[in-house]
Amino acid sequence: MTTDTDSTGGDVRLTGISKTYGSFTAVHPLDLTIPQGSFFALLGASGCGKTTTLRMIAGLEDPTTGTVRLGGRDVTDLPPYKRPVNTVFQSYALFPHLSIYENVAFGLRRRGVKSVRKQVGEMLDLVQLGDRAQQRPHQLSGGQQQRVAVARALINHPQVLLLDEPLGALDLKLRRQMQLELKRIQTEVGITFVHVTHDQEEAMTMADQVAVMNGGRVEQLGAPADLYENPGTTFVANFLGTSNLITAGIVESSAEDLVVSAGGGKLKLPAARCRAATAPGGSLLVGVRPEKISLAHADDAAGIPEGRNRITGRITASSFIGVSTQYVVDGPAGSGLQVYEQNVERDSRLAPGAEVVLHWNPAHTFGLDAGQAIDAGTQKVEDAA
Amino acid sequence: MTGTATVEKDPPPLTTAPTADQVRKPPTRRRLVPYWLLLPGILWLVVFFALPLVYQASTSVQTGSLEQGFEVTWHFATYWDALAEYYPQYVRSLLYAGTATVLCLLLGYPLAYLIAFKAGRWRNLVLVLVIAPFFTSFLIRTLAWKTILADGGAVVGALDALHVLDVTDWLGWTQGDRVLATPMAVVCGLTYNFLPFMILPLYTSLERIDGRLHEAARDLYASPATTFRKVTFPLSMPGVVSGTLLTFIPASGDYVNAELLGSTDTKMVGNVIQSQFLRVLDYPTAAALSFILMAVVLIMVTVYIRRAGTEDLV
Repeated sequence: MTTDTDSTGGDVRLTGISKTYGSFTAVHPLDLTIPQGSFFALLGASGCGKTTTLRMIAGLEDPTTGTVRLGGRDVTDLPPYKRPVNTVFQSYALFPHLSIYENVAFGLRRRGVKSVRKQVGEMLDLVQLGDRAQQRPHQLSGGQQQRVAVARALINHPQVLLLDEPLGALDLKLRRQMQLELKRIQTEVGITFVHVTHDQEEAMTMADQVAVMNGGRVEQLGAPADLYENPGTTFVANFLGTSNLITAGIVESSAEDLVVSAGGGKLKLPAARCRAATAPGGSLLVGVRPEKISLAHADDAAGIPEGRNRITGRITASSFIGVSTQYVVDGPAGSGLQVYEQNVERDSRLAPGAEVVLHWNPAHTFGLDAGQAIDAGTQKVEDAA
Repeated sequence: MTGTATVEKDPPPLTTAPTADQVRKPPTRRRLVPYWLLLPGILWLVVFFALPLVYQASTSVQTGSLEQGFEVTWHFATYWDALAEYYPQYVRSLLYAGTATVLCLLLGYPLAYLIAFKAGRWRNLVLVLVIAPFFTSFLIRTLAWKTILADGGAVVGALDALHVLDVTDWLGWTQGDRVLATPMAVVCGLTYNFLPFMILPLYTSLERIDGRLHEAARDLYASPATTFRKVTFPLSMPGVVSGTLLTFIPASGDYVNAELLGSTDTKMVGNVIQSQFLRVLDYPTAAALSFILMAVVLIMVTVYIRRAGTEDLV
């Protein structure tokens, strides 16, 4: 991303923006600045307000309160056809009565551009559909229609391109391919992309910045790696990847480290990674990502280096994924703990029923406020698809 | 290697293609079911459409009289005579029906648009109201227009006060301060009676338009007016075509409106056919007149559909 000083001109700035439908609040007052030229993702489960937020930027939805600014200009009261913003719709919304060529030329023609031929040709080449110009949308596959939708929006050189779950209707393989394609196009044209998705993997692979939304509010905002490593709430910890969250009591607290007790054992974590009050006697949710944990058979417990956090338990399930093996461990500290082990040297004793010790570097531990639901943001099986 | 070789000698049966006797055809009886289901419809068409058509065609080339009986003499001159004598009525029919169709479209489109996009929870109620006139007899409704357009009535009085009648009189649509028994009365009746046939297809095709296309158009710099011109209207063309056909075709053959609301100067071809069949009892001329009307309408409809370019309609 470019530095602030010269790029603030094209930022999308939402100030105190909210949307209520009758008594239902879709989006709570929200402040958000999307830097120019960035690939920004609004991530959340369905009904979290991410699409409403996007539609308010597009002008398709009037905000109940707040303002929308594009590059310093207040566009809150402008109708969508007067905003320098274009949208790629979830269902593409291609005009069925027009050819691909005319679909792509639509925005240019509406703005009175006389010779559209060259631009349309170039845009169709960019999305590799130059040979389909005279066909109708229904003659194209889902992935091709999606690319037409992108071309139709991009040809107008909007200040911001809004993408409303643009890959939702595609199958997994095509989705992966289109993710890379969109990322390539974004880098090529340098336009700000705001991408709405419920797929955390999609958000993390594509976006520079991710805003995780939940219940009409932004839970956390940051770069994908930062969000993943330092989740601020249980929702983010569970929604982005998988987290093991353990309820623990604070035993000791210093400027650098916290010592907590969970299930009879003691765990250490850096005070800097704790997002809650750290007074001894209080309680805390201690979290660690499954891939950070190593697994040792209970017989080898003596060989675990000093200074590592450790938890005992019993394997209840294991599944072989290829690059890794995933174990589920129940122990006194918590049940259903997940561990991903790289398949480098497989220990044949690590089978369901085996007594094991989970150990990890304390630096990988994070602390969250114990006042929130421990399973917030856990993906339901049907959502995971 | 020897181990794998032995395996290859005996390929698993999974890979074998299904042989001819495995691909069983459905029993003959089941294959015939669709045709049996078509039978009532075909019978209906043969008895009530094809046979009368053939009978009428043969009537149109007969000569004779009611007393001496009619005989097929292949007398095609009946067609030319009928056309020569009654072409004013044909022109009038097409003119009245065309005007009524245009009026129906102008009145029906905004209403269908409102029902489809703006009526919200009132949608079904408004649709019922559109169909409600059908609960009364066609004749009674047309007779009611006699009262509505009666001389010295409120409507005529209002039109007179607004000097509308001066204009329509000058155009030849009305006569003096009379509306009844003028072309305007007939066109009013036709418009009123066929309006639902315009609204319903229009509504159906408007209602099918994905609302997100409107959003996409607005997002792509189209003002509401342009969105209508470039997206909504083109996408509603199937409804426009079927609505105009459902209005124009029956209206051009109608005789009730001209009979009840018009005068001898507003006779349409339907009135001529009716009187030839039932009063003059000149069956060949009546049959020929019917065929000419059918041919004219068929040609016009074909040209119209070609021009409107709705390949999805047919």
